[in-house]
Amino acid sequence: MAEFRMPSLGADMEFGTLLEWRVKPGDRVKRRDIIAVVDTDKAAIEIEVYEDGVVEALLVQPGEKVPVGTVMAIIRGAAEKPPEAETPAVEAAKAPSVHPPPPAQKEEPSAQKTETGPAAAPPTPESKRKERVKASPYARRLAMEHDIDLQSLTPGGPHGSICAADVKQAIAVPKGPFPEKIPPAAPPPAEEIPASAAPTPEKAAGWKDPAAMRRAIAAAMARSNRDIPHYYLQTRVDMSRTLAWLESENRKRSIKDRLLPVVPLLKAVAVSLQDVPELNGYWIDGRHQPQEAINIGFAISLRQGGLIVPAILGADLLCLDELMEALRDLVTRTRAGRLRSAEVTAATITVTNLGDLGVESVFGVIYPPQVALVGIGKTMEQPWAENGLLGVRPVLTATLAADHRATDGHRGAQFLDTLHRRLQEPSKL
Amino acid sequence: MNEEKIEQVIFKLLKRIAPESEPGSLSPDENIRRALDIDSFDALNFFIQLHEELGVEIPESDYGRLDTLAEMRRYLADRIV
Repeated sequence: MAEFRMPSLGADMEFGTLLEWRVKPGDRVKRRDIIAVVDTDKAAIEIEVYEDGVVEALLVQPGEKVPVGTVMAIIRGAAEKPPEAETPAVEAAKAPSVHPPPPAQKEEPSAQKTETGPAAAPPTPESKRKERVKASPYARRLAMEHDIDLQSLTPGGPHGSICAADVKQAIAVPKGPFPEKIPPAAPPPAEEIPASAAPTPEKAAGWKDPAAMRRAIAAAMARSNRDIPHYYLQTRVDMSRTLAWLESENRKRSIKDRLLPVVPLLKAVAVSLQDVPELNGYWIDGRHQPQEAINIGFAISLRQGGLIVPAILGADLLCLDELMEALRDLVTRTRAGRLRSAEVTAATITVTNLGDLGVESVFGVIYPPQVALVGIGKTMEQPWAENGLLGVRPVLTATLAADHRATDGHRGAQFLDTLHRRLQEPSKL
Repeated sequence: MNEEKIEQVIFKLLKRIAPESEPGSLSPDENIRRALDIDSFDALNFFIQLHEELGVEIPESDYGRLDTLAEMRRYLADRIV
């Protein structure tokens, strides 16, 4: 029997608001299924479940704001028996009329039906999904794709804003926008969420208003500057070999399969962390806690302002093509406001790439409780001396901001040195 | 396809990437990426979508020749069959 609790989705998150359940009592869930959407100060996040089981009871209603750690649902492990008397409180509070079926029947769909009672009849496969209404940027995009004049719509969102539902009404899209993402084991509720409890369009869309995001960033960055004694190192990296390799590689590829220069860079950071693992991890409760998994948080700025730093999980284990695909997926979902809980909590280090904007070097502020941030500047043609010869090469400046409680400059220098060397042998990345 | 039609496609795709922008207000020689704050991911997506819409596959080495509206119109008009 597992208690599914309100997760902490950021360094300074104290409360979360449940926006939506993607499951109902009786649903079978698999590890990594998305079972809920939770709103934080920064974003709406899709929450994954970490073990297989059957949803026993949902204890928090959509719209409720609860502290981190609050039990939100009870999930019965796959091997466990259906509930007996050990959960009287849950039974009494949430499902007074439910009688536990005989244990032998628990695997059968009909038994689930009995077990969950009338409040949650299983939906037929074609049952209509409660559409997640989208925020205004998405609404604008939808309207554009379907040639709809936003002016002609009646605003249904808060503060008179037009939400995607308004647009969809106009184009009469019959199903949800992302049906492919519904975990098969967790069909969405068949019944409409009552209007009073339904998420507002703005919230369901993903990103909150800029002021709330600003406050969340402010809290994390103030904490970082208050608590973390940063040290900074920088090195110039000769990118000629990596770029030449990338160019010849991309020439062989159709435009859809091309790699961006940031991909080998990220891979080089990931494998360099294998050599200097102290920079990959956390400082929590006065203790340095390096992590084995290398999950690179990649700072992605949002068009409406603010930034989100979702993680590429296990970045060192991905080949460059997989990394490109993962990054593409992550950027797309970040901008659409559809991130998953693991992606916003699991980063073990952050990479900030401001090279697109012509910035030469980045002196980052570490995202607590991480202990390092790698900054990437623009690759520019610069004079470069090697073997007594002066030439012009594409050069980028890589920086490291690191927590001096966790590591010393010597270790940091080893990291940048390794990074530089890795980028001289791009075909091995 | 004439340059006006090409420009319409360009505007449509730019609007998809930067919904809050007004591509129509770009001047012909303005650097589009800078004006609309388009990062390298969105730039690549733009070229992918351009390929899908117009059938012109742009080699990476030509990216630098496609910074402005005027350059894009010319480049694409020359290559659309």
